[in-house]
Amino acid sequence: MTQMSMIEAVRDALDVMMDRDERVIVYGEDVGYFGGVFRCTQGLQEKYGKFRCFDAPINESGIVGTAIGMAAYGLRPCVENQFADYMYPAYDQITQEASRIRYRSNGDFTCPLVIRMPTGGGIYGGETHSQSPEALFTHVSGLKTVLPSNPYDIKGLLISAIEDPDPVIFLEPKRLYHGPFDGHHEREAKSWKSHPLGEVPEGHYAIPLGKAAIRRAGMDVTVLTYGTMVHVALAAAEEQGIDAEVIDLRSLLPLDLETIEASVQKTGRCVVAHEATLTSGFGAELAARVQATCFYHLEAPVRRVAGWDVPYPHAQEWYYFPGPKRVGLAMRETVEA
Amino acid sequence: MARPKHSRLTFPEPAFRPGDIPDYSDVKIAEAGAVSLPPLDVEPRLLRNHAFSIIRILRRDGEAVGPWAELLTEDDMIAGLRQMMTLRMLDARMIAAQRQGKTSFYVGQLGEEAVTIAFQRALSPGDMNFPTYRNAGLLIAQGYPLETMMNQIFSNENDPLAGRQMPVLYSARDYGFFTVSGNLGTQFVQAVGWAMAAAIDGTDKIAAGWIGDGSTAEADFHSAMVFASTYKPPVVLNIVNNQWAISTFQGIAKGESGTFAARGLGFGMASLRVDGNDFLAVHAVAKWAVRRAREGLGPTLLEHVTYRAGGHSTSDNPEAYRPKAESDAWPLGDPIERLKLHLIKRGVWSEDRHKQTEAEIRDLVVTAQKAAEKHGTLAGGPSAARGGIFEGLYAEMPLHLRRQKEAAEKYR
Repeated sequence: MTQMSMIEAVRDALDVMMDRDERVIVYGEDVGYFGGVFRCTQGLQEKYGKFRCFDAPINESGIVGTAIGMAAYGLRPCVENQFADYMYPAYDQITQEASRIRYRSNGDFTCPLVIRMPTGGGIYGGETHSQSPEALFTHVSGLKTVLPSNPYDIKGLLISAIEDPDPVIFLEPKRLYHGPFDGHHEREAKSWKSHPLGEVPEGHYAIPLGKAAIRRAGMDVTVLTYGTMVHVALAAAEEQGIDAEVIDLRSLLPLDLETIEASVQKTGRCVVAHEATLTSGFGAELAARVQATCFYHLEAPVRRVAGWDVPYPHAQEWYYFPGPKRVGLAMRETVEA
Repeated sequence: MARPKHSRLTFPEPAFRPGDIPDYSDVKIAEAGAVSLPPLDVEPRLLRNHAFSIIRILRRDGEAVGPWAELLTEDDMIAGLRQMMTLRMLDARMIAAQRQGKTSFYVGQLGEEAVTIAFQRALSPGDMNFPTYRNAGLLIAQGYPLETMMNQIFSNENDPLAGRQMPVLYSARDYGFFTVSGNLGTQFVQAVGWAMAAAIDGTDKIAAGWIGDGSTAEADFHSAMVFASTYKPPVVLNIVNNQWAISTFQGIAKGESGTFAARGLGFGMASLRVDGNDFLAVHAVAKWAVRRAREGLGPTLLEHVTYRAGGHSTSDNPEAYRPKAESDAWPLGDPIERLKLHLIKRGVWSEDRHKQTEAEIRDLVVTAQKAAEKHGTLAGGPSAARGGIFEGLYAEMPLHLRRQKEAAEKYR
């Protein structure tokens, strides 16, 4: 076991997979010589050479488009899209090409490809460095969408994503890269050093895609969440003194419906929390599924807490961000409803 | 309101519209044999003339002339002629089948047969094409079974794509034919990625990308050119300039000056423009570009100048936007007629033999169609139309899809 940040855990996962499998190719903007703007690929070019890890032009549709060709050839590209906000030029390649290669060719070709993207806000990134576009991927048939919340998970999930035979969108909450951020931006930032989930095993281990983790067992209300908001929800439960069951989905698609249903049927109440904008967000999908399968167990309406339906503002970041107070009050109102 | 004097835009217009008499007599086209054959390791910047002029081998009288000539044996040429005739026959039969309701849609390649068939002859097993929907010649040139193509077109029980794709969007890995996307331009950059992979993998396989004149306007064209010029992978990038993108002529994609091939010069890429209706010329430039790629000398951009003599698809009526006689007036002629004339000139072909071959090919195509129709068409009989839609989206079906499949069965 080594204590790692999420960045170190990503780098370790890439290192483990590049070492095990020659087909794993890593590239993206600033990814090669420099090691990435978030340093996730630092040292990989030096260790594995330019054929395995290299810098790409500022052209996201080209990065994903070439990766599709590589995956179809039989390699295992794991590309970095510098910020999730930059993925829109690649959206056509992701949603109408990568996602459908296996299906439309009836298995003649496949597309085992991972697209890593830092996601979410809380770093004063404004509207173009803070977005959480996960629902734009979960809406697409043929993709898998993964969003880890800690170093242990990010390594095991990234290894699974690289080994997966289908395209995986791998969203990395950038505010969590260095520490478990619970939404209290006014407090001193914590690091992963003292956190139990900052302990990362050496070598290869895989966390299956589609298995949620119960971060806090409880009886009063189920909180369905992922990424940064896992830590916010845990803080909110403590601060409100609510016996919440906080479920870290880890993978949005495939989705661990069984864990979700068992929990809500037990607690009878459900809050859904995400940082992405509310309307048509992934929370709407979760709420719809919960009411469809748990309706007769529900004691209160399913409540969603999310980013407001405006572009992520720069200076008003913390007014926008669904912090522990907003999440906590939603939990309280749901428990008392 | 009066427009200020210098406030203007250009809206390019084709030379002729319905009602006009198409006349290309004042169009200057380089003589066959006029463009030089550069060494394989030529510096791309020296290829200016090759990108603006046009490489041709077959003269109007059927003679093959110039430095690019004499690469194919007579057997090769006869085989190529037969394949072009087969493709034309397939197109005619399938367009008729669409009119009969046996399929929803068809895309033919009338007038463009030489481009893909002559090009494919320059590739080797293991190479990979990233085709568009008008590149069926890449399959025909390899003897891909006509019946299998028709099974796909008819979405019948033997459709290798299980009814999921629109007609003609074939996939044939074993024939170096990547699954065709119905979107435009997206696969040009994927070809570059496949070629990068081949180089990373340390093989001498190459990729060929395909795009139409209209789709070069897409950002994906630029993406492909950026990645190809940066990493110089073993790829040949083909622009099939058939003059028409549905109803818009090539000037809408490119503007009124320059050529599509010339776009490669700014990327520092070897760029050649070839007479796409000249079977020998297409093959010669293809062979040159393929050898360059295979020998690690970098990517090549080829513009094949041809003419889409038919509609864009069975859903299109070209008489609504261009003169009916335009294809007959087209100065580069018909690829089948031109190769036929050359073979007759060489004394290895004749009008009689041509007619006899046409009849043989008709029999082959009709036989294949009868065999395919036994397995159903979209109009009736066994079909791929029921079930199976949940399988094969992912390697392993996720829970939400398993539940949807149950629901689909329950409510079907």
